[in-house]
Amino acid sequence: MRAVITVVGQDKIGIIAEVSRVLSENKINILDISQTIMQDMFTMIMLVDVEKSDVSFKEISDRLDKLGEKLSLSIRIQHEDLFHSMHRI
Amino acid sequence: MLNSLEILETVKMIAEEHLDIRTVTMGISLLSCAGSDVKTVCNQVYDKITRQAEKLVKTAEDIETEYGIPIINKRISVTPASMILGGTPTPSDFVQLAKILDRAAETTGVNFIGGFSALVHKGMTVGDAALIASIPEALRVTERVCSSVNVGTTRAGINMDAVAQMGRIIKETAELTKERDGFGCAKLVVFCNAVEDNPFMAGAFCGVGEPDAVINVGVSGPGVVKCALEEVRGADFGVVAETIKKTAFKITRMGQLVAQEASRRLQVPFGIVDLSLAPTPAVGDSVAHILEEMGLERCGTHGTTAALALLNDAVKKGGVMASSYVGGLSGAFIPVSEDAGMIEAAQVGALSLDKLEAMTCVCSVGLDMICVPGDTTAETLSAIIADEAAIGMVNNKTTAVRLIPAPGKKVGDMVEFGGLLGTGPVMPVNSYESGAFIARGGRIPAPIHSLRN
Repeated sequence: MRAVITVVGQDKIGIIAEVSRVLSENKINILDISQTIMQDMFTMIMLVDVEKSDVSFKEISDRLDKLGEKLSLSIRIQHEDLFHSMHRI
Repeated sequence: MLNSLEILETVKMIAEEHLDIRTVTMGISLLSCAGSDVKTVCNQVYDKITRQAEKLVKTAEDIETEYGIPIINKRISVTPASMILGGTPTPSDFVQLAKILDRAAETTGVNFIGGFSALVHKGMTVGDAALIASIPEALRVTERVCSSVNVGTTRAGINMDAVAQMGRIIKETAELTKERDGFGCAKLVVFCNAVEDNPFMAGAFCGVGEPDAVINVGVSGPGVVKCALEEVRGADFGVVAETIKKTAFKITRMGQLVAQEASRRLQVPFGIVDLSLAPTPAVGDSVAHILEEMGLERCGTHGTTAALALLNDAVKKGGVMASSYVGGLSGAFIPVSEDAGMIEAAQVGALSLDKLEAMTCVCSVGLDMICVPGDTTAETLSAIIADEAAIGMVNNKTTAVRLIPAPGKKVGDMVEFGGLLGTGPVMPVNSYESGAFIARGGRIPAPIHSLRN
């Protein structure tokens, strides 16, 4: 299953490193990554593959939540299909 | 490939604009449990519901996590209960059945179970009469059971005997739950042209044309529509309608996705997506505020009906292509106590019962969650029901009445229900009598356009 991770918040050093660390610890492969600063906000979107991960999706989501709290950022992971169904006919 | 703006738009809708799935409702047919021995029926009902809906809540929660979409309510609707007790059931038999429904709801973890219902638009069976008589007590002794009674249809006209009785039943329900300001009435809906696949409470039931089990989904998203309209301030109505349509399309696609996924995982057929815009008392989740965004100082002022007509139509046009099956009530809801903008409008006197009645001509679903003074007579309540049913009957649409004559409360007082049911200001009713009109009884014949064959 592929999922989209969105990270939004105040820019600081090491965001990508921290998020990538949690992903690699959980055997989640990054397929695509884009990052920009929009209206002074750090915005990162990642497409990831969670197929090889050995923890549940809920657990991954909780771990990213925890990281989000630590870094004062909003981090969400959502099934890729949500975005396809909303924006593609 | 997805682009970043689309992804961020979706995330913003969910995080900041209250986009959510209002309800995943499993319809369960209880016809296979029908019988005349109350105890046997109750056992079968409990077994069937708890077996069929065993994984409903868990599955909905899993979907919630994986897709990152809040699913606010998980609910069950069942076959109108009056149909499943044969023989000559008594009101106390139905109270017993209501308790079983309540217990089954608790076991499965859903917050409401709908279908403590009777369809009496042309007349009442012994079972219907017993069920209706049992409603006040059933709603007093249960927490999660919702009740509805259909008193009219475009094809059959309006059963005025039932209308008269429902006025009294509402009063009695308020009285029996007076320590909670008549809370029982918040779980009781009187319909004209009730639909069989409505996923929304308190009026949900699983019609006889439905399969053994079915998944119906209700979407929400007034906040998203409001935010989209903020981007087109001052533009003409063509642009307004177009903006609402596009937004409704996206909202509904999400509903369709969740409905399909829930249906697949539960191995229960997908019924419909209900396109209603359902508000909550939360700030930023109000239908009234959409109307105000269109240029009205307050919801309820002149122009409100036109604004609502446009909104309701555009939501349907946008939503209908986004889902393979659309059904239920599908329209904008205007429940007063559940909508922050409606509450404010009623408090400042911009929104009256009469205006709400006019608004129900152009949207679903009726006079919903409106608190009226505790001393409102049963006949006046019946007359309000009759007016609303007439609108539904003549316009070939569903209308409903969910009024709370809060015991001891006067115009201007506030009634607190808590949670999604919100807070309602007590609104004035017309002080002139309708008693002699209601006392006539009988049926209002079906309108001429019912003769379509």
